[in-house]
Amino acid sequence: MKTFHGRVIVPGSCEAEALVSHGGLNTLASFQKALQFGDEKATCGDQNNPDLYGREMAGKALCLPQTIGSTTGGMVLYCANAMKRGPACMLFSKPIDSLAAAGAILSDVWTESAMPAIDSLGDEFLEAVQTGDHIRVEANGTVTIL
Amino acid sequence: MATKMQLTPEQQSILNGEQGETMAKVLKTLVMYGEAFGAEKMVPVTSEKGHLVTSFDLKAMKAVYELMDQLIEAGAVSGQPFSVDPKPLDPQVPANFLERLVFKKFMYTQQENYDAQLKKLGLLSENAYTCACYLEEVGNTPEKGDILSWAESSAVVYANSVLGARCNRNSGIIELFGSIAGYVPCFGLLTDEGRKATWIVEVKTEKMPEAQVLGSAIGMKVLEEVPYIKGLDRWLGKELNKQNKAYLKDFGAATASNGAVGLYHVENLTPEAVEQGEKLIAPGAKTYVIDDAELERIKNGYPVVWKNPDARPRLCFVGCPHLTYDQLISWTEQVEAKLKENGRARVVIPTVFTAPPAVVEKFEKTPYAPRLKATGVILSYICPLMYMNNPIAAKKPVITNSNKLRTYTTARYYTDAEILDSITKGVQ
Repeated sequence: MKTFHGRVIVPGSCEAEALVSHGGLNTLASFQKALQFGDEKATCGDQNNPDLYGREMAGKALCLPQTIGSTTGGMVLYCANAMKRGPACMLFSKPIDSLAAAGAILSDVWTESAMPAIDSLGDEFLEAVQTGDHIRVEANGTVTIL
Repeated sequence: MATKMQLTPEQQSILNGEQGETMAKVLKTLVMYGEAFGAEKMVPVTSEKGHLVTSFDLKAMKAVYELMDQLIEAGAVSGQPFSVDPKPLDPQVPANFLERLVFKKFMYTQQENYDAQLKKLGLLSENAYTCACYLEEVGNTPEKGDILSWAESSAVVYANSVLGARCNRNSGIIELFGSIAGYVPCFGLLTDEGRKATWIVEVKTEKMPEAQVLGSAIGMKVLEEVPYIKGLDRWLGKELNKQNKAYLKDFGAATASNGAVGLYHVENLTPEAVEQGEKLIAPGAKTYVIDDAELERIKNGYPVVWKNPDARPRLCFVGCPHLTYDQLISWTEQVEAKLKENGRARVVIPTVFTAPPAVVEKFEKTPYAPRLKATGVILSYICPLMYMNNPIAAKKPVITNSNKLRTYTTARYYTDAEILDSITKGVQ
């Protein structure tokens, strides 16, 4: 069991299975196909992301450095959450980027599906966590790999 | 809501709900967004006009349109007129039966309703659909020092770098909220400190670097940081003019899409670099040297994502970001000359040039318009990226001179010279 502490961007607690992206998450490329064509499990459609491509993202503890890509990114994340196809939480090793922050905050303020978001967990967090691990997130920013 | 940010009494009262629940939520979103980046206050948006990234009604984005309906219903509309990214559809652009079916039945099903929503929210005009909103024909050119609430990465990087305006790389919706509230959280590229360069890029090429490859190289190296570029004035000169501004438009779009650059300084050329010189460089800045070999290495490193890498191109896009009026004229002359050289009358690959609607209108009134038409090139206001963003178009072998289009779609990048050869000779 390993514990990390990050900064709370959107508070909340949850337990979920980890899904780890070592590269930046291209939000538009990852979610667009799933949102467009009725895939409730939100299978990642980004061919340039070998860690996530073809994996289901809905309900997972998404562990990543930052998000990248189009400035539609925040809206896409907001839509995924509004459609209940978003991740259970997003756990960033680096300080959050402006697009991911927008998506997480819009989901918190404008939907019933708030998604806890914690950033600055450190590179060692992404080195320690593996896809399939069980993760617990607490409202104070504590993240535990169970 | 208790905030760490210092709010004015007016902002605090909006947050407390005195202008209704919807406006309170708009402000709460901006406050949380600012606090995530350490903003201590809001600053007024001073530009006359805004710019939105969302120009399309995509079925997947239903929640966004529902949110916009909420805003309209509550009277929470933009306090400034805004331009918006290009339209996703143009009947002139080649598409087969299946593609048209996907566009109309599955993707952009409610485009007309969305256009009506944009009008209610504050759309500048029918002609305001372009990513290059800052071109004089479009009429959304901010002044130096203006604070903006824009999204669209290529427009933000141009406004910051070439015009000296101040804007963060906002997400869609956030930019609209700033235009509604009339202020934005002060952090990042809005501050003097955030505009300091943390990278020095030394351009040491023996020939004029291709804008889109140089931008790509710098974007991939510095990611979201600010580069101070030395040696480019050797090729672009020391005064901004139409030609080098068009170069910087294409260069900047590549830095913003291949990385996440929101601001660059070109020594002796861009406004802040001219004023402040090396004072803009932060202590401890890293250095990246770019020569011709480095640019070749970058270009050769682009993955080929076509199913058949040797497929014959079936479509060519030039104009992502949208072309300027002078670029359109230059491309027309170059295509004509190359066709003549190769003994052909019309392009051999269906080719689409894209430009802002206002630039298309201006161009259509000149003798160049029939000349371009005679070459077989189609002139459109479409967004090539939106056209390509579906599973069917993604399977089509498309070539482009846009590094942004290459990054977000399956389109393959070629230099301007290679594109000219391909469309006039049929050689890939």
